[in-house]
Amino acid sequence: MEFKTLASSPYLEPTGQVSRVMQQVLLALVPGTLAAIWYFGWGVLVNLVLSILFCVAFEALTLKLRGRHPATGLRDYSAVVTAWLLALTLPQLSPWWIVLIGAFFAIVLAKQLYGGLGYNPFNPAMAAYVVLLISFPTYMTHWVAPSPIADATLGLWETLKVILGSQMSHHELFDSLTAATPLDSIRTGLTQHKTIDEIRTAPVFGDMGGLGWEWMANWYAIGGFWLIYKRIIPWQIPLTLILALGVPAGVFYLSNPDHYASPVFHIFSGGVMLGAFFIATDPVSGSTTPAGRILFAAGVGLLTFIIRTWGGYPDAIAFSVLLMNMATPLIDHYTKPRTFGHQRGE
Amino acid sequence: MRLSSFHGGLELPSHKAISTRTPIATLPPPQRVVLPLRQHIGHPAEVLVEVGQQVRKGDKVAAAEGYVSAPLHASISGTVTAIEERDVPHPSGLQALCIEIESDGRDEWTDALPEPTPDYQQLPAVELRNRLREAGIVGLGGAAFPTAVKLNPGDQHPIHTVIINGAECEPYISCDDMLMREQAREILSGVQIIQHILKPTRVLIGIEDNKPEAIAAMQQALASLDNSGIEIIAVPSRYPTGGEKQLIKVLTGQEVPGHGLPADIGITCHNVGTVHAVHEAIINGRPLIERVITVTGQGIEHARNLRARIGTLFSDLTDYCGGYTADASYLLMGGPMMGISLRHDQLPVIKATNCLLVASDAEIRHSGEAAPCIRCGACVDACPVNLLPQQLYWYARANDHDRIQAFDLFDCIECGCCAHVCPSHIPLVQYYRHAKTEIWQLEAQRQKADRARRRHEFRQARLEREKREKAERLARKRAALKRETRSDSSKQQAIQAALERAQARKKQLAAEAAARQSEASDDEAPR
Repeated sequence: MEFKTLASSPYLEPTGQVSRVMQQVLLALVPGTLAAIWYFGWGVLVNLVLSILFCVAFEALTLKLRGRHPATGLRDYSAVVTAWLLALTLPQLSPWWIVLIGAFFAIVLAKQLYGGLGYNPFNPAMAAYVVLLISFPTYMTHWVAPSPIADATLGLWETLKVILGSQMSHHELFDSLTAATPLDSIRTGLTQHKTIDEIRTAPVFGDMGGLGWEWMANWYAIGGFWLIYKRIIPWQIPLTLILALGVPAGVFYLSNPDHYASPVFHIFSGGVMLGAFFIATDPVSGSTTPAGRILFAAGVGLLTFIIRTWGGYPDAIAFSVLLMNMATPLIDHYTKPRTFGHQRGE
Repeated sequence: MRLSSFHGGLELPSHKAISTRTPIATLPPPQRVVLPLRQHIGHPAEVLVEVGQQVRKGDKVAAAEGYVSAPLHASISGTVTAIEERDVPHPSGLQALCIEIESDGRDEWTDALPEPTPDYQQLPAVELRNRLREAGIVGLGGAAFPTAVKLNPGDQHPIHTVIINGAECEPYISCDDMLMREQAREILSGVQIIQHILKPTRVLIGIEDNKPEAIAAMQQALASLDNSGIEIIAVPSRYPTGGEKQLIKVLTGQEVPGHGLPADIGITCHNVGTVHAVHEAIINGRPLIERVITVTGQGIEHARNLRARIGTLFSDLTDYCGGYTADASYLLMGGPMMGISLRHDQLPVIKATNCLLVASDAEIRHSGEAAPCIRCGACVDACPVNLLPQQLYWYARANDHDRIQAFDLFDCIECGCCAHVCPSHIPLVQYYRHAKTEIWQLEAQRQKADRARRRHEFRQARLEREKREKAERLARKRAALKRETRSDSSKQQAIQAALERAQARKKQLAAEAAARQSEASDDEAPR
C-alpha cells in the first residue's frame, strides 16, 4: 500500500499556534481595558476601534504591496495586538488623525518595512507612541481626568464628535475634562519645591498610584497573571521589571521620602503594569534567551526609574523599551545558555 | 536514589496502551526476507553468499567489514534469490544493496551455530565480545551501533556504570515495555553477561514510571538474584528521557561531553532489547535474526507487538495485525517524534525497526505553511540539550555555517521537541538536518579539495625539487668543468713558468756569456 509522506519528524500535531497566543494576549487585555473605559470614558473605546481599523487596514495594504496574501498575515492577530496596545497608550480625546499616524508608523514603518511579524527590531506600538509623543506633545499629554474627580464627563456621542471632529478648539470644555497625569503632577510639583506628601494631596492621586490609574494597573496585572498561568508569557519578565523599578525607587525613597516618590507609587503609576505584562514580554523585539529576557526586563525597569526621576519625561516605559530593543542583539549574544555536555562559554 | 533531570523535554500523550493489551505474538516465518547489508552504524556488511545458494536459519550471509560493522544472518531457511538494490526503510528513500532469501518452508537452524554457553563465566571477556560481534548484535533501541564495540571501551576508559535503557520515552512505542513484562529474566541474564564483560561497579536499569507492569516484572525477576549489583530505577516520564545522554544525566547526574561518548565518563548504555539479544547469543548461541516490533496507530486494525524475523516485509506485519483501517494515511518507522515517514510498506524490518506506526490524518500534523518565527522561546524551554533553536533556525535560513556551529548545531539530537511546541509550526528539525547535511557535504568537498590541493602542492614541490636538483647538477658540472679549466690554466702557467724560467735561464746564460766575453776582451785590452 502507498502512503502519504512528510519531509521530517516530528509528526505529532504541534501544541501552540501564533494566532492563539495573540488571541489570549488580547483576552488578557480586556479587564484592564474595561477599567480604562470605566475611569477614563468612551474615548478609550473609540481609540481602540479606530486603532484596530487603521492597523488592520495598513497591515493588509502593506502585505499586499509586499506581494503577500493579506489574509495569511492578518490571521495571526498580531496587528490587532499592536493596535490594542497603541490605543491604550493614547490620550482619550486625541483626534482621529493621531491614531491614524500612530497606526501608520507602528504597522507600516516599525513592522512591515522591517519584514513583518517576527522581524521588527522595535516594539511597533512603543515606536509609534514615542513618535507621537515627540511630534505632538500637546495632544499627547492631555489626559482625561479619571471619572470620580472629573468636572464633566462625555457620553459616547459627544466623545465621537470630539475625536472625529477634532474639537480641540473648545478649550473650556477640554480643560474641564482633562487633568495632569499623576506622574506629571509629581514632576511639576517637584520643580515647584513641594514635598511628595504635599503633591499627593491633589485629588488625582489614589492610594497606591493615581486615582483610577491604580485600578487600571491592577486589572492589567490580573490579565498578566492569567497569561503567566497559561504559560503565554514568562513570569520572570514582569517580576524583574517591577523589581528593577521598585528597588532603586525604594532606595531613593528611603533616603529622602520628601523628594522621591515611593516604590509603590512608581509601580502603580503610568504604563508600568501594561509595560511589564504586555510590552516588555513582546518576544519579537525583546531578548530571546532565558537570561537575556531577565536582563532586558531589568533594563526596562531601571531605565524607567532613571528617566522618570531625572529625565525630561514623566513616564518612560516606551523609551526604556525602545532603548532595550536596541540592546537586544547584544544581550542575546552574551547570554547564550550552556549547551548540555559543554563547559560554560565553550 | 536521588535522580537528576535535564533541561526542557516534554510531557507527551503516551498512546502506548493501545498496543499493550495483548502479549507479544510471534509472527510465523515469512515466505521471503530482504536483508539490507547496512542496518547498523558503520561499514555495510560484505556478502558471503551467491544467488541460488541454499542457506539455513542462522547462517552468516554477510560478514562485518571492519571494526565498526556487524555481520548478517539468514533469518529463515531457503534459497538466496537475489543480491541487488532494493527499497529500504531509510529517510533518503534511496535503494541499497540487499540479500533476498526465499523460504523453503522448513525453517531449520544451521549446524554452524556456536555452542549454547550457560556457563559463560568461564570465558574471558574478549571471547564473549567476539561471540556477540559474530552474532550481529547492534543497539536495538534505534541507533543500531555495534554492541561489541560498545563493550570494548579500552583501557583508558574503565566503565564504572552500566546503564540499561528501558525508558522507551517516545509515544506509541511499547516493544521494550512488553519485552520487560514478558522476558525480565532473560533481560537480567543479558545484563549479567555484560557485567561479566565490563566488571562495572553498578548497573542501573532506568524505566519510565508510565510502565508500572514492566517495573514490577523486572523487580520480581531481580529479587531472585543475589548480590546482583543491579538496581531498577523508575524515572519520570518525560520525553526524551530515553535519549542516551538524557538517561545518563537523569540516573547519574553526569553529562556526557558535547562531542564525546558515554565511555569518556566511564559509562555505557544499552537498550533492554539489545540486552535480551545478548542473552540469546551467549546462553542459547542464537544470532540476532528476530526482534520485537510495535505495530500500532489508528491506521492498523489490531495494534500489538510482534516478534518478527529481520527482513520480514512490513506488509506481512500489518497483515498479521488485521490489515489497515480506512483511516490509514501515513506509515512511520519509529515513533512520531523521531521516526521516518515511508512511502510504501514493501520494505524490510531491519535491526533498528522498533515500531511501525500506521497513522491516521488526525494523528499527524498538518503540514500547513509555517508562520514567521516570533522568537517566543518556547523551543528554548523545550530543548533537552539547552540549545537556542530559534537562533539555529535563523542561521540555518541565512546559511551562516560558522554561526550555526557556534550555536552548537551538531549537539542537536533531533528529538523534535522544539518543532512540536513551535507556535509558528516551523519544521525546525528539517532545517537542522538540512544544515548538517550541507555542512557535511561542504566538509567533504573541502577535504576533497584539500586532497587535490595537497596533491597539487606535492606535485609542485616535486617539480620544484626536480628543477632544483637539475640546476644543482648542472651547477656541479659547471663547477667541475671550471675546476678542469682552472687546472688547464695552471698547466699553462707551469708551462709559462717553465718557459719563463727557461727564458730567464737563457737570458742569464747569454748574460754570463756576454760577461765572459767582455771579461775576456777586458783582459785582452789591458793586457
